[in-house]
Amino acid sequence: MTTGTAGTRILGGITLGSLALTALMGLVVTPADEVQADAVRLIYLHVPTAWCAMYLSFGVTTLASLLYLWPRTRARFWDLVAGASAEVGVVFIGLTLVVGSIWGRTTWGVWWTWDARLTSTALLFVLYVGYLALRRVPADAGVRARRSAIAALAAFVDVPVVHFAVTWWRTLHQEATIGDPKRLGDPHIHGSMAWTLLLGVVAFTLLYAWLLIHRFRIAWLEERVEDQGLEYALAERHAEAADD
Amino acid sequence: MTDAPYVYAGYAVTAFALAGYVGVLVRRARAAARALPPEERRWNR
Repeated sequence: MTTGTAGTRILGGITLGSLALTALMGLVVTPADEVQADAVRLIYLHVPTAWCAMYLSFGVTTLASLLYLWPRTRARFWDLVAGASAEVGVVFIGLTLVVGSIWGRTTWGVWWTWDARLTSTALLFVLYVGYLALRRVPADAGVRARRSAIAALAAFVDVPVVHFAVTWWRTLHQEATIGDPKRLGDPHIHGSMAWTLLLGVVAFTLLYAWLLIHRFRIAWLEERVEDQGLEYALAERHAEAADD
Repeated sequence: MTDAPYVYAGYAVTAFALAGYVGVLVRRARAAARALPPEERRWNR
């Protein structure tokens, strides 16, 4: 892969190993839940992908967008980081919705319900798909970047809505197991499950980093291709003008 | 019916989706590299 380096190969190896260990722990080692039985094993995918999408991916997109909009730090680099992170985030939030739907089928008996948490998460997915579509609308690079940055800031407003949906409204989706402030010192989760959940979060965080690096480098290469196309077109035009 | 098929389906969907996305990235990277002169094709040049 042309965007690979020694560093990304090492990171990729560690990521793959930690993901495999998470799957092993989640499917085999950790116990079934007292109430949800084996369905709880989906927590080791659902929670990490949600974390990576909402707080990491879309958080980075928002921060990079702010840095682009701020005149002192404005650089094409931040726009490309924002776009790359958003794309990875869309993949993760899509997985959160799919795995969550499967989990809902086993625990609630339905694939989908218009619960506040689920609805706001689906909205989040649509908002960032819209953001990615906006980035593809033809325009001057600076205009496109500024427009996208503003869209990213607007889309991020839904993230706290998703986070607090389970406390603001009466929802089918459960409240936080570990992050609930009322139960910080006494989370209702078995030790090995908590450690496996933490491992899953670490594994998916490493995966996010690996995907972000590669996606950013691809965007950088594609931008060079676009600039090169422009240079060739200008050179041809100058040659035509010289012949006239 | 136990929940095992649903659990395995969740892990399988996750694995295939991520593998598919990595495949898309590989294809895009190679396409971009093909469009660039040889001296600019690698990231770590």
